[in-house]
Amino acid sequence: MTTPTDTSAEVATGAPPLSMPKHLLSIADLDLPALRALLDTASQMQDVQRREVKKVPTLRGRTIVNLFFEDSTRTRSSFEIAGKWLSADVINVSAKGSSTSKGESLRDTAQTIAAMGVDAIVIRHSASGAAHQVAGWVDAHIVNAGDGTHEHPTQALLDAYTMEHAFGGSVEGRHVAIVGDLTHSRVVRSNLLALAKLGARVTLVAPHTLMPSGIGEWAQTDGFALATDLDEVIASGPDALMMLRVQRERMSGGFFPTPREYTVHYGLTRDRLATAAAANADLVICHPGPMNRGLEIAPEAADAAQSRVLDQVAAGVAVRMSVLYHLLTTGGLEMTA
Amino acid sequence: MCPDSAVPEGVGDAEKRVLSEADIARALKRIAHEILERNRGADDLVLLGIPTRGVTLSERLAAIIADVEGVNVPHGILDITMYRDDLRKQPTRAPVPTVIPPGGIDDRIVVLVDDVLFSGRTIRAAMDSLADYGRPRAVRLAVLVDRGHRDFPIRADHVGKNLPTSTSERVSVRLKGIDDAEYVSISAGGAR
Repeated sequence: MTTPTDTSAEVATGAPPLSMPKHLLSIADLDLPALRALLDTASQMQDVQRREVKKVPTLRGRTIVNLFFEDSTRTRSSFEIAGKWLSADVINVSAKGSSTSKGESLRDTAQTIAAMGVDAIVIRHSASGAAHQVAGWVDAHIVNAGDGTHEHPTQALLDAYTMEHAFGGSVEGRHVAIVGDLTHSRVVRSNLLALAKLGARVTLVAPHTLMPSGIGEWAQTDGFALATDLDEVIASGPDALMMLRVQRERMSGGFFPTPREYTVHYGLTRDRLATAAAANADLVICHPGPMNRGLEIAPEAADAAQSRVLDQVAAGVAVRMSVLYHLLTTGGLEMTA
Repeated sequence: MCPDSAVPEGVGDAEKRVLSEADIARALKRIAHEILERNRGADDLVLLGIPTRGVTLSERLAAIIADVEGVNVPHGILDITMYRDDLRKQPTRAPVPTVIPPGGIDDRIVVLVDDVLFSGRTIRAAMDSLADYGRPRAVRLAVLVDRGHRDFPIRADHVGKNLPTSTSERVSVRLKGIDDAEYVSISAGGAR
Protein backbone atom coordinates (compact mmCIF):
# COMPACT_ATOMS: atom_id res chain seq x y z
CA MET A 1 0.00 0.00 0.00
CA THR A 2 1.33 3.33 -0.97
CA THR A 3 -0.20 6.37 0.58
CA PRO A 4 -1.92 8.59 -1.89
CA THR A 5 0.20 11.61 -2.66
CA ASP A 6 -0.93 14.96 -1.46
CA THR A 7 -1.17 16.21 -5.00
CA SER A 8 -3.89 13.77 -5.95
CA ALA A 9 -6.49 16.26 -4.83
CA GLU A 10 -4.69 19.10 -6.53
CA VAL A 11 -4.61 17.57 -9.97
CA ALA A 12 -7.74 16.05 -11.32
CA THR A 13 -7.10 12.47 -12.35
CA GLY A 14 -9.63 12.05 -15.09
CA ALA A 15 -8.36 9.15 -17.18
CA PRO A 16 -8.15 5.65 -15.75
CA PRO A 17 -4.59 4.57 -14.93
CA LEU A 18 -2.79 2.86 -17.78
CA SER A 19 -1.34 -0.57 -17.53
CA MET A 20 2.13 0.09 -18.81
CA PRO A 21 4.42 -2.94 -18.75
CA LYS A 22 7.71 -2.73 -16.89
CA HIS A 23 9.69 -3.62 -20.01
CA LEU A 24 9.19 -2.99 -23.69
CA LEU A 25 10.17 -6.33 -25.16
CA SER A 26 7.47 -6.80 -27.76
CA ILE A 27 4.57 -4.84 -29.20
CA ALA A 28 2.48 -7.81 -28.09
CA ASP A 29 2.98 -6.68 -24.46
CA LEU A 30 1.06 -3.49 -25.10
CA ASP A 31 -2.70 -3.27 -24.96
CA LEU A 32 -4.36 -0.68 -27.19
CA PRO A 33 -4.57 2.08 -24.52
CA ALA A 34 -0.87 1.64 -23.72
CA LEU A 35 0.06 1.69 -27.41
CA ARG A 36 -2.09 4.79 -27.89
CA ALA A 37 -0.48 6.48 -24.88
CA LEU A 38 3.01 5.83 -26.23
CA LEU A 39 2.09 7.33 -29.61
CA ASP A 40 0.19 10.30 -28.15
CA THR A 41 2.94 11.17 -25.71
CA ALA A 42 5.45 10.99 -28.57
CA SER A 43 3.59 13.92 -30.06
CA GLN A 44 4.19 16.00 -26.90
CA MET A 45 7.81 14.86 -26.97
CA GLN A 46 8.10 16.15 -30.51
CA ASP A 47 7.08 19.56 -29.16
CA VAL A 48 10.06 19.38 -26.80
CA GLN A 49 12.22 18.39 -29.78
CA ARG A 50 11.16 21.57 -31.58
CA ARG A 51 11.79 23.90 -28.65
CA GLU A 52 14.81 26.06 -28.22
CA VAL A 53 15.56 24.41 -24.88
CA LYS A 54 15.30 20.74 -25.81
CA LYS A 55 15.47 19.34 -22.34
CA VAL A 56 12.95 18.51 -19.67
CA PRO A 57 13.95 17.39 -16.16
CA THR A 58 11.65 14.36 -16.14
CA LEU A 59 14.25 11.61 -15.74
CA ARG A 60 16.83 13.61 -13.83
CA GLY A 61 19.03 11.35 -11.74
CA ARG A 62 18.15 8.22 -13.70
CA THR A 63 20.71 6.23 -15.61
CA ILE A 64 20.13 4.47 -18.91
CA VAL A 65 22.63 2.12 -20.49
CA ASN A 66 22.57 1.44 -24.22
CA LEU A 67 23.90 -2.08 -24.46
CA PHE A 68 24.50 -2.79 -28.13
CA PHE A 69 25.86 -6.12 -29.29
CA GLU A 70 25.23 -5.20 -32.92
CA ASP A 71 26.21 -2.17 -34.92
CA SER A 72 23.70 0.62 -35.01
CA THR A 73 23.89 4.31 -35.68
CA ARG A 74 20.38 5.61 -35.73
CA THR A 75 18.79 3.46 -33.05
CA ARG A 76 21.61 3.94 -30.57
CA SER A 77 22.04 7.67 -31.12
CA SER A 78 18.30 8.14 -31.12
CA PHE A 79 17.96 6.39 -27.75
CA GLU A 80 20.90 8.42 -26.50
CA ILE A 81 19.37 11.74 -27.55
CA ALA A 82 15.98 10.67 -26.19
CA GLY A 83 17.46 9.85 -22.78
CA LYS A 84 19.50 13.03 -22.66
CA TRP A 85 16.59 15.29 -23.57
CA LEU A 86 14.71 13.75 -20.66
CA SER A 87 17.72 14.61 -18.46
CA ALA A 88 18.74 11.01 -17.79
CA ASP A 89 22.40 10.04 -17.78
CA VAL A 90 23.04 7.85 -20.79
CA ILE A 91 25.97 5.52 -21.19
CA ASN A 92 26.76 3.56 -24.33
CA VAL A 93 28.27 0.13 -24.09
CA SER A 94 29.04 -1.67 -27.30
CA ALA A 95 30.17 -5.24 -27.52
CA LYS A 96 33.30 -4.29 -29.36
CA GLY A 97 35.89 -3.22 -26.85
CA SER A 98 33.82 -4.43 -23.91
CA SER A 99 34.37 -7.45 -21.73
CA THR A 100 32.08 -9.38 -24.07
CA SER A 101 34.99 -9.55 -26.48
CA LYS A 102 36.92 -11.16 -23.62
CA GLY A 103 34.35 -13.94 -23.46
CA GLU A 104 31.88 -12.70 -20.85
CA SER A 105 28.37 -14.11 -21.19
CA LEU A 106 25.31 -11.98 -21.88
CA ARG A 107 24.01 -12.77 -18.41
CA ASP A 108 27.20 -11.66 -16.68
CA THR A 109 27.43 -8.49 -18.76
CA ALA A 110 23.82 -7.57 -18.07
CA GLN A 111 24.05 -8.33 -14.36
CA THR A 112 27.30 -6.39 -14.06
CA ILE A 113 25.73 -3.34 -15.61
CA ALA A 114 22.57 -3.71 -13.55
CA ALA A 115 24.64 -4.06 -10.36
CA MET A 116 25.99 -0.56 -10.92
CA GLY A 117 22.47 0.66 -10.23
CA VAL A 118 21.19 1.60 -13.65
CA ASP A 119 17.47 2.19 -14.09
CA ALA A 120 17.07 1.00 -17.66
CA ILE A 121 18.97 -1.06 -20.18
CA VAL A 122 18.32 -0.59 -23.87
CA ILE A 123 19.54 -3.73 -25.52
CA ARG A 124 20.24 -4.84 -29.06
CA HIS A 125 21.44 -8.36 -29.65
CA SER A 126 21.73 -10.72 -32.59
CA ALA A 127 19.89 -13.49 -30.73
CA SER A 128 16.09 -13.48 -30.81
CA GLY A 129 14.76 -13.34 -27.27
CA ALA A 130 17.89 -11.75 -25.79
CA ALA A 131 16.00 -8.80 -24.32
CA HIS A 132 13.42 -11.15 -22.84
CA GLN A 133 16.13 -13.19 -21.15
CA VAL A 134 17.89 -10.16 -19.75
CA ALA A 135 14.58 -8.93 -18.33
CA GLY A 136 14.43 -12.09 -16.27
CA TRP A 137 17.93 -11.65 -14.92
CA VAL A 138 17.99 -8.05 -13.76
CA ASP A 139 15.79 -5.55 -11.97
CA ALA A 140 16.14 -2.66 -14.39
CA HIS A 141 13.59 -1.73 -17.05
CA ILE A 142 14.54 -3.39 -20.33
CA VAL A 143 13.86 -1.86 -23.72
CA ASN A 144 14.29 -4.14 -26.70
CA ALA A 145 16.15 -2.25 -29.42
CA GLY A 146 16.15 -5.23 -31.73
CA ASP A 147 16.64 -8.89 -30.91
CA GLY A 148 17.78 -11.07 -33.79
CA THR A 149 15.01 -11.58 -36.30
CA HIS A 150 12.30 -11.29 -33.65
CA GLU A 151 11.20 -7.74 -32.82
CA HIS A 152 12.16 -4.11 -32.88
CA PRO A 153 9.25 -2.47 -31.05
CA THR A 154 10.41 1.15 -31.08
CA GLN A 155 10.85 0.97 -34.86
CA ALA A 156 7.23 -0.15 -35.20
CA LEU A 157 6.14 2.69 -32.92
CA LEU A 158 7.98 5.29 -34.96
CA ASP A 159 6.63 3.83 -38.20
CA ALA A 160 3.09 3.95 -36.86
CA TYR A 161 3.66 7.48 -35.55
CA THR A 162 5.05 8.65 -38.90
CA MET A 163 2.18 7.11 -40.84
CA GLU A 164 -0.47 8.46 -38.48
CA HIS A 165 0.89 11.95 -38.93
CA ALA A 166 1.24 11.52 -42.69
CA PHE A 167 -2.37 10.31 -42.92
CA GLY A 168 -3.69 13.11 -40.75
CA GLY A 169 -4.20 11.28 -37.50
CA SER A 170 -4.97 7.61 -37.97
CA VAL A 171 -3.89 4.49 -39.83
CA GLU A 172 -7.25 2.83 -39.34
CA GLY A 173 -8.47 1.26 -42.57
CA ARG A 174 -5.29 2.26 -44.42
CA HIS A 175 -3.52 -0.23 -46.62
CA VAL A 176 0.16 -0.69 -45.80
CA ALA A 177 2.41 -2.84 -48.00
CA ILE A 178 5.64 -4.05 -46.41
CA VAL A 179 8.10 -5.16 -49.07
CA GLY A 180 11.29 -7.14 -48.83
CA ASP A 181 13.17 -9.53 -46.63
CA LEU A 182 10.52 -10.92 -44.31
CA THR A 183 12.73 -13.72 -43.05
CA HIS A 184 15.47 -11.64 -41.49
CA SER A 185 13.55 -8.51 -40.62
CA ARG A 186 12.65 -7.85 -37.00
CA VAL A 187 10.85 -4.74 -38.15
CA VAL A 188 8.15 -6.80 -39.86
CA ARG A 189 6.85 -8.63 -36.83
CA SER A 190 6.68 -5.54 -34.64
CA ASN A 191 5.02 -3.57 -37.41
CA LEU A 192 2.45 -6.25 -38.08
CA LEU A 193 1.46 -6.31 -34.41
CA ALA A 194 1.30 -2.53 -34.09
CA LEU A 195 -0.52 -1.90 -37.35
CA ALA A 196 -3.03 -4.65 -36.63
CA LYS A 197 -3.82 -3.14 -33.23
CA LEU A 198 -4.28 0.26 -34.82
CA GLY A 199 -6.63 -1.12 -37.46
CA ALA A 200 -4.53 -0.92 -40.62
CA ARG A 201 -4.67 -3.49 -43.41
CA VAL A 202 -1.27 -5.01 -44.15
CA THR A 203 0.10 -6.83 -47.17
CA LEU A 204 3.52 -8.43 -47.00
CA VAL A 205 5.35 -8.66 -50.31
CA ALA A 206 8.40 -10.84 -50.85
CA PRO A 207 9.78 -13.64 -52.97
CA HIS A 208 9.09 -17.11 -51.58
CA THR A 209 12.73 -17.48 -50.58
CA LEU A 210 12.48 -14.52 -48.22
CA MET A 211 9.25 -15.58 -46.52
CA PRO A 212 9.74 -17.35 -43.20
CA SER A 213 8.33 -20.85 -43.00
CA GLY A 214 4.82 -21.04 -41.60
CA ILE A 215 4.00 -17.47 -42.62
CA GLY A 216 0.89 -18.73 -44.43
CA GLU A 217 -0.75 -19.89 -41.19
CA TRP A 218 0.46 -16.79 -39.42
CA ALA A 219 -1.17 -14.66 -42.10
CA GLN A 220 -4.45 -16.46 -41.54
CA THR A 221 -4.48 -16.13 -37.76
CA ASP A 222 -3.30 -12.52 -37.75
CA GLY A 223 -5.30 -11.42 -40.76
CA PHE A 224 -2.75 -9.96 -43.13
CA ALA A 225 -2.26 -10.65 -46.83
CA LEU A 226 0.72 -12.19 -48.60
CA ALA A 227 1.86 -11.41 -52.12
CA THR A 228 4.79 -12.19 -54.34
CA ASP A 229 4.05 -9.74 -57.13
CA LEU A 230 4.97 -6.21 -56.12
CA ASP A 231 3.52 -4.67 -59.29
CA GLU A 232 0.10 -6.15 -58.57
CA VAL A 233 0.14 -4.77 -55.04
CA ILE A 234 1.25 -1.34 -56.24
CA ALA A 235 -1.49 -1.28 -58.85
CA SER A 236 -4.03 -1.80 -56.06
CA GLY A 237 -3.03 1.63 -54.70
CA PRO A 238 -1.67 1.07 -51.18
CA ASP A 239 -1.55 4.09 -48.86
CA ALA A 240 1.93 3.28 -47.65
CA LEU A 241 4.88 1.38 -49.06
CA MET A 242 7.38 0.29 -46.46
CA MET A 243 10.57 -0.89 -48.14
CA LEU A 244 12.68 -3.17 -45.97
CA ARG A 245 16.42 -3.14 -46.18
CA VAL A 246 18.14 -6.00 -47.95
CA GLN A 247 20.40 -7.13 -45.18
CA ARG A 248 23.58 -8.02 -46.95
CA GLU A 249 25.19 -9.14 -43.70
CA ARG A 250 22.55 -11.84 -43.31
CA MET A 251 22.59 -12.88 -46.94
CA SER A 252 24.79 -15.90 -47.21
CA GLY A 253 22.14 -18.40 -48.21
CA GLY A 254 21.42 -17.55 -51.85
CA PHE A 255 17.98 -16.07 -51.26
CA PHE A 256 17.96 -14.41 -54.66
CA PRO A 257 20.25 -14.84 -57.65
CA THR A 258 21.68 -11.34 -57.92
CA PRO A 259 21.05 -7.93 -56.37
CA ARG A 260 20.10 -6.75 -59.84
CA GLU A 261 17.35 -9.32 -60.06
CA TYR A 262 16.03 -8.30 -56.63
CA THR A 263 15.82 -4.69 -57.77
CA VAL A 264 14.00 -5.64 -60.95
CA HIS A 265 11.32 -7.60 -59.07
CA TYR A 266 11.14 -6.01 -55.60
CA GLY A 267 12.90 -2.66 -55.72
CA LEU A 268 10.96 0.58 -55.52
CA THR A 269 12.20 1.82 -58.86
CA ARG A 270 11.41 5.12 -60.54
CA ASP A 271 8.75 3.45 -62.67
CA ARG A 272 7.09 1.77 -59.70
CA LEU A 273 7.13 5.05 -57.80
CA ALA A 274 5.27 6.69 -60.69
CA THR A 275 2.69 3.89 -60.81
CA ALA A 276 2.21 3.92 -57.04
CA ALA A 277 1.84 7.70 -56.93
CA ALA A 278 -0.69 7.57 -59.76
CA ALA A 279 -2.65 4.81 -58.02
CA ASN A 280 -2.78 6.68 -54.72
CA ALA A 281 -2.35 10.44 -54.47
CA ASP A 282 -1.66 10.26 -50.70
CA LEU A 283 1.11 7.68 -51.04
CA VAL A 284 3.63 7.52 -48.21
CA ILE A 285 7.02 5.84 -48.55
CA CYS A 286 8.82 4.54 -45.48
CA HIS A 287 12.13 2.80 -44.98
CA PRO A 288 13.54 1.80 -41.61
CA GLY A 289 17.07 2.59 -42.81
CA PRO A 290 19.86 2.38 -43.51
CA MET A 291 18.88 2.47 -47.17
CA ASN A 292 20.68 0.60 -49.91
CA ARG A 293 20.03 3.16 -52.61
CA GLY A 294 19.68 1.48 -55.97
CA LEU A 295 18.95 -1.91 -54.42
CA GLU A 296 15.61 -1.97 -52.60
CA ILE A 297 14.85 1.70 -53.19
CA ALA A 298 15.85 3.95 -56.08
CA PRO A 299 17.35 7.34 -55.18
CA GLU A 300 14.38 9.02 -56.90
CA ALA A 301 12.01 7.23 -54.52
CA ALA A 302 14.15 7.81 -51.44
CA ASP A 303 14.19 11.54 -52.13
CA ALA A 304 10.64 11.79 -53.50
CA ALA A 305 8.11 14.14 -51.95
CA GLN A 306 6.23 11.04 -50.74
CA SER A 307 9.25 9.77 -48.83
CA ARG A 308 8.98 10.05 -45.04
CA VAL A 309 12.38 8.61 -44.28
CA LEU A 310 13.67 11.67 -42.44
CA ASP A 311 10.36 12.13 -40.64
CA GLN A 312 10.83 8.58 -39.41
CA VAL A 313 14.21 9.47 -37.96
CA ALA A 314 12.79 12.54 -36.21
CA ALA A 315 9.86 10.49 -34.93
CA GLY A 316 12.35 7.93 -33.64
CA VAL A 317 13.65 10.33 -31.02
CA ALA A 318 10.17 11.42 -29.95
CA VAL A 319 8.86 7.86 -29.72
CA ARG A 320 11.86 6.72 -27.70
CA MET A 321 11.44 9.66 -25.34
CA SER A 322 7.86 8.57 -24.90
CA VAL A 323 8.86 4.96 -24.22
CA LEU A 324 11.51 5.94 -21.67
CA TYR A 325 9.10 8.37 -20.05
CA HIS A 326 6.29 5.87 -19.64
CA LEU A 327 8.46 2.93 -18.58
CA LEU A 328 10.65 4.86 -16.17
CA THR A 329 8.04 7.02 -14.53
CA THR A 330 5.46 4.39 -13.76
CA GLY A 331 5.87 1.36 -16.01
CA GLY A 332 5.17 -1.82 -14.12
CA LEU A 333 4.40 -0.09 -10.82
CA GLU A 334 1.38 -1.29 -8.93
CA MET A 335 -0.89 1.65 -8.49
CA THR A 336 -3.47 1.90 -5.80
CA ALA A 337 -5.34 4.72 -7.49
CA MET B 1 -30.25 14.71 -9.94
CA CYS B 2 -30.44 16.95 -6.91
CA PRO B 3 -27.84 19.56 -7.65
CA ASP B 4 -27.45 21.06 -4.20
CA SER B 5 -26.74 17.99 -2.14
CA ALA B 6 -25.22 15.55 -4.59
CA VAL B 7 -22.90 13.01 -3.05
CA PRO B 8 -20.36 11.51 -5.43
CA GLU B 9 -20.90 7.86 -6.07
CA GLY B 10 -18.77 5.56 -3.96
CA VAL B 11 -17.99 8.19 -1.33
CA GLY B 12 -19.73 7.64 1.95
CA ASP B 13 -18.75 10.90 3.58
CA ALA B 14 -20.91 13.92 2.97
CA GLU B 15 -19.73 16.30 0.35
CA LYS B 16 -20.12 19.98 1.11
CA ARG B 17 -20.52 22.53 -1.64
CA VAL B 18 -18.44 25.59 -0.88
CA LEU B 19 -18.76 27.51 -4.14
CA SER B 20 -21.72 27.49 -6.50
CA GLU B 21 -21.62 28.30 -10.18
CA ALA B 22 -22.53 31.92 -9.43
CA ASP B 23 -19.85 32.14 -6.72
CA ILE B 24 -17.24 30.90 -9.21
CA ALA B 25 -18.34 33.47 -11.78
CA ARG B 26 -18.11 36.28 -9.18
CA ALA B 27 -14.70 35.11 -7.97
CA LEU B 28 -13.33 34.99 -11.52
CA LYS B 29 -14.68 38.45 -12.26
CA ARG B 30 -12.94 39.79 -9.17
CA ILE B 31 -9.68 38.02 -10.01
CA ALA B 32 -9.78 39.46 -13.53
CA HIS B 33 -10.22 42.96 -12.08
CA GLU B 34 -7.43 42.35 -9.57
CA ILE B 35 -5.05 41.23 -12.30
CA LEU B 36 -5.81 44.37 -14.31
CA GLU B 37 -5.52 46.61 -11.27
CA ARG B 38 -2.22 45.11 -10.19
CA ASN B 39 -0.86 45.36 -13.74
CA ARG B 40 -2.36 48.83 -14.39
CA GLY B 41 -4.09 47.56 -17.50
CA ALA B 42 -3.65 44.63 -19.79
CA ASP B 43 -0.27 45.55 -21.29
CA ASP B 44 2.25 42.71 -21.55
CA LEU B 45 -0.07 40.26 -19.78
CA VAL B 46 0.04 36.58 -20.73
CA LEU B 47 -2.27 34.08 -19.05
CA LEU B 48 -1.08 30.48 -18.86
CA GLY B 49 -3.50 27.85 -17.61
CA ILE B 50 -2.24 24.67 -16.00
CA PRO B 51 -4.13 21.60 -17.28
CA THR B 52 -6.78 20.50 -16.89
CA ARG B 53 -9.04 22.99 -15.19
CA GLY B 54 -6.56 25.84 -15.03
CA VAL B 55 -6.86 26.06 -18.80
CA THR B 56 -10.62 26.57 -18.63
CA LEU B 57 -10.18 29.15 -15.89
CA SER B 58 -7.55 31.09 -17.86
CA GLU B 59 -9.81 31.14 -20.92
CA ARG B 60 -12.61 32.55 -18.81
CA LEU B 61 -10.33 35.16 -17.27
CA ALA B 62 -9.18 36.18 -20.75
CA ALA B 63 -12.82 36.51 -21.82
CA ILE B 64 -13.68 38.68 -18.80
CA ILE B 65 -10.62 40.90 -19.42
CA ALA B 66 -11.62 41.25 -23.08
CA ASP B 67 -15.06 42.28 -21.88
CA VAL B 68 -13.81 44.82 -19.32
CA GLU B 69 -10.75 46.27 -21.08
CA GLY B 70 -11.58 45.49 -24.70
CA VAL B 71 -8.15 43.86 -25.01
CA ASN B 72 -7.51 40.31 -26.11
CA VAL B 73 -4.92 39.10 -23.65
CA PRO B 74 -2.75 36.29 -25.06
CA HIS B 75 -3.43 33.06 -23.23
CA GLY B 76 -2.04 29.56 -23.49
CA ILE B 77 -1.46 26.24 -21.80
CA LEU B 78 1.48 25.25 -19.63
CA ASP B 79 1.70 21.50 -19.12
CA ILE B 80 3.93 20.65 -16.21
CA THR B 81 3.71 16.85 -16.31
CA MET B 82 7.30 16.40 -17.38
CA TYR B 83 8.51 18.75 -14.66
CA ARG B 84 6.80 17.07 -11.71
CA ASP B 85 8.93 15.65 -8.92
CA ASP B 86 6.46 12.93 -8.01
CA LEU B 87 6.10 11.12 -11.34
CA ARG B 88 7.15 7.83 -9.82
CA LYS B 89 4.39 7.94 -7.24
CA GLN B 90 1.55 8.70 -9.60
CA PRO B 91 -0.27 6.59 -12.13
CA THR B 92 1.11 7.04 -15.61
CA ARG B 93 -0.10 10.34 -16.90
CA ALA B 94 0.22 11.44 -20.49
CA PRO B 95 1.52 14.94 -21.03
CA VAL B 96 -0.70 17.33 -22.97
CA PRO B 97 0.58 19.98 -25.38
CA THR B 98 1.99 23.20 -24.00
CA VAL B 99 0.77 26.18 -26.00
CA ILE B 100 2.77 29.38 -25.65
CA PRO B 101 0.99 32.30 -27.35
CA PRO B 102 2.75 33.67 -30.49
CA GLY B 103 4.34 36.65 -28.71
CA GLY B 104 6.23 34.33 -26.35
CA ILE B 105 6.77 35.06 -22.67
CA ASP B 106 10.02 37.03 -22.76
CA ASP B 107 9.63 40.28 -20.79
CA ARG B 108 5.91 39.62 -20.30
CA ILE B 109 3.92 39.49 -17.10
CA VAL B 110 2.91 35.85 -16.93
CA VAL B 111 -0.09 34.96 -14.80
CA LEU B 112 -0.25 31.24 -14.02
CA VAL B 113 -3.80 30.03 -13.53
CA ASP B 114 -4.75 26.88 -11.64
CA ASP B 115 -7.82 25.57 -9.89
CA VAL B 116 -6.55 24.53 -6.46
CA LEU B 117 -3.38 25.62 -4.66
CA PHE B 118 -2.32 22.98 -2.15
CA SER B 119 1.28 21.79 -1.62
CA GLY B 120 2.68 24.18 -4.23
CA ARG B 121 4.46 21.38 -6.09
CA THR B 122 2.55 22.05 -9.28
CA ILE B 123 3.52 25.71 -9.21
CA ARG B 124 7.15 24.90 -8.47
CA ALA B 125 7.13 22.61 -11.50
CA ALA B 126 5.41 25.31 -13.55
CA MET B 127 8.13 27.81 -12.71
CA ASP B 128 10.83 25.33 -13.74
CA SER B 129 8.99 24.77 -16.97
CA LEU B 130 8.58 28.49 -17.67
CA ALA B 131 12.33 28.98 -17.49
CA ASP B 132 12.72 26.65 -20.48
CA TYR B 133 10.35 28.75 -22.59
CA GLY B 134 11.75 32.18 -21.86
CA ARG B 135 12.34 34.85 -19.25
CA PRO B 136 9.19 36.62 -18.12
CA ARG B 137 9.52 39.99 -16.40
CA ALA B 138 7.32 38.74 -13.60
CA VAL B 139 5.32 35.62 -12.80
CA ARG B 140 2.10 35.81 -10.83
CA LEU B 141 -0.30 33.19 -9.65
CA ALA B 142 -4.08 33.15 -9.74
CA VAL B 143 -6.03 30.26 -8.23
CA LEU B 144 -9.69 29.60 -7.71
CA VAL B 145 -9.17 27.93 -4.33
CA ASP B 146 -6.31 28.14 -1.85
CA ARG B 147 -6.65 25.26 0.58
CA GLY B 148 -3.42 25.81 2.52
CA HIS B 149 -0.86 23.17 3.59
CA ARG B 150 2.02 24.45 1.49
CA ASP B 151 5.23 22.42 1.14
CA PHE B 152 7.04 25.29 -0.56
CA PRO B 153 7.46 29.03 0.01
CA ILE B 154 4.82 29.79 -2.61
CA ARG B 155 1.76 31.98 -2.34
CA ALA B 156 -0.95 33.06 -4.73
CA ASP B 157 -1.35 36.67 -5.83
CA HIS B 158 -5.02 36.30 -6.65
CA VAL B 159 -7.30 33.89 -4.82
CA GLY B 160 -10.95 33.14 -5.52
CA LYS B 161 -11.56 31.63 -2.11
CA ASN B 162 -9.40 30.74 0.85
CA LEU B 163 -10.63 27.40 2.06
CA PRO B 164 -9.40 26.10 5.41
CA THR B 165 -9.09 22.33 5.11
CA SER B 166 -7.46 19.43 6.85
CA THR B 167 -4.92 17.51 4.79
CA SER B 168 -7.17 14.48 4.61
CA GLU B 169 -10.07 16.37 3.11
CA ARG B 170 -10.56 16.41 -0.60
CA VAL B 171 -11.33 19.51 -2.63
CA SER B 172 -13.09 18.96 -5.94
CA VAL B 173 -13.45 21.60 -8.61
CA ARG B 174 -15.97 20.95 -11.34
CA LEU B 175 -16.23 23.28 -14.32
CA LYS B 176 -18.62 23.23 -17.22
CA GLY B 177 -16.79 22.53 -20.43
CA ILE B 178 -14.86 19.73 -18.73
CA ASP B 179 -17.46 18.42 -16.29
CA ASP B 180 -21.21 18.41 -16.56
CA ALA B 181 -21.72 20.52 -13.46
CA GLU B 182 -20.00 23.54 -11.99
CA TYR B 183 -19.13 23.86 -8.29
CA VAL B 184 -16.36 23.55 -5.72
CA SER B 185 -16.90 21.04 -2.97
CA ILE B 186 -15.08 19.62 -0.01
CA SER B 187 -15.40 16.10 1.30
CA ALA B 188 -13.72 13.94 3.90
CA GLY B 189 -10.95 12.03 2.15
CA GLY B 190 -11.02 8.27 2.23
CA ALA B 191 -7.76 6.36 1.89
CA ARG B 192 -5.16 7.74 4.25
